[in-house]
Amino acid sequence: MQSTRRPFLRSLCGLVAGIAVAGVIGTSTAHADVLASVQKAGTLRVAVPQDFPPFGSVGTDLKPRGYDIDMANLIGKELGVKVELIPVTSTNRIPYLTTGKADLVISSLGKNPEREAVIDFSDAYAPFFNGVFGPEDGAVSKVEDLDGKTVGVTRGSVEDLELTKIASPKVTIKRFEDNNATISAYLTGQVQFVATGNVVAAAVNDMTKLRRLGSKFLIKNSPCYVATAKGESALMGKVNAIIAKAKQDGTLNEIAQRWLNAPLPKDL
Amino acid sequence: MAYQFEFAPVFEHVDLLLAGAGFTLALTAVGAVLGIGLGIIGAICRAWKLKPFDWLFGIYVEVIRNTPFLVQLFFIFFGLPSLGIRMTEWHAAVLAMVINLGAYSTEIIRAGIQATPRGQIEAAQSLALSRAQIFRHVVLRPALAKVWPALTSQVIIVMLGSAVCSQIATEELTFAANFIQSRNFRAFETYFVTTAMYFLMALLIRQLLIQIGHRFVTGRAR
Repeated sequence: MQSTRRPFLRSLCGLVAGIAVAGVIGTSTAHADVLASVQKAGTLRVAVPQDFPPFGSVGTDLKPRGYDIDMANLIGKELGVKVELIPVTSTNRIPYLTTGKADLVISSLGKNPEREAVIDFSDAYAPFFNGVFGPEDGAVSKVEDLDGKTVGVTRGSVEDLELTKIASPKVTIKRFEDNNATISAYLTGQVQFVATGNVVAAAVNDMTKLRRLGSKFLIKNSPCYVATAKGESALMGKVNAIIAKAKQDGTLNEIAQRWLNAPLPKDL
Repeated sequence: MAYQFEFAPVFEHVDLLLAGAGFTLALTAVGAVLGIGLGIIGAICRAWKLKPFDWLFGIYVEVIRNTPFLVQLFFIFFGLPSLGIRMTEWHAAVLAMVINLGAYSTEIIRAGIQATPRGQIEAAQSLALSRAQIFRHVVLRPALAKVWPALTSQVIIVMLGSAVCSQIATEELTFAANFIQSRNFRAFETYFVTTAMYFLMALLIRQLLIQIGHRFVTGRAR
């Protein structure tokens, strides 16, 4: 027992020391000027989603594709550096940034105070919202217009909770078990409108021509931002300049058209 | 491991649960009456081999008894609109229940009719009863009396099966439970109460059908 335990303990001590050293190095790079080190290395490491179409998924050619990947490549091009894509999940995308494993997170990241305490956010680069969708010719532009209409929604979703709060009792809200049933109910004409995410609507419009989902009004807005580690004002300045330019010259609108099937909202 | 039961958040929505239970019972009542009616017609066609209805009912029974209720419901609610037949979730739910119960009760009642000895009908004929009288008193009533317990349990199965109608937004008891659970996240308590309600409803329906049976079916002929 003793002979096996000693080397184990020793290696454990080594491991702990190693982690501590790595932590010190990690935090020291995180506090360095990331823009300078990116330009020196010639590569920009960007954390992107891999399982969240249309923002980021793996295409049939096994390469990542999507809104966020296009955005990453755009920023890389403007900075004149190569882009290294790092696939992340929605839970580990912020740790990648705080531990210095990525220079930017472009991963359909929404802003909230908890996140703002640990990372910095750029200007919005992509629309992400829950809203009411319906036929292109349906004359509905605000929640009051829904009176007397039927709206399908997925039970317990953010859209359900918000719409239940703001809609008058004259609106018939039909709550379905899951997203598929809600969408099917719309496509088969069992409900006149649906409340869902713009991303879902874009994916549905992409897959079927049965009955198009046109955006009617917004329920809850939570656009996506590019994130850097805290205090990287040089890099953030560049990113914001690139986003502003892309909004100006229509590049961002093209990306939105390609992946969301809808133009970039004017107020983004 | 000590789970803290909190029923208050569930009972805040007791009106929803009661409304849901009421809808479930209404669905079941309409479904049972029409479904058993359909079953009687089907059983007659099958037992007397009335062509072409006997094999039409044969196909119907086989298709319905060998496919899931949920799929039948989706077929009606999401499938038929493609043919231009669009109905509300209530109509779709009732129709699915009638069709489902109709198929099972066709076979149950047919078994009862075929268990009536031939001699009994010949005896009635020799007593100069009319065809209608023979059918009503000598064939149907004894047949229903024989299979009444089986029909009772089939109605209860359909009542419990109506829970899946919540999938197409029919606001019955399970819908109410899912709704409440999606708002207060008290899943255990919500389904605890819902389970108890289904159990009581099943007992109620059984007692009711036993009473109806005594009164109109198995009781002595007048």
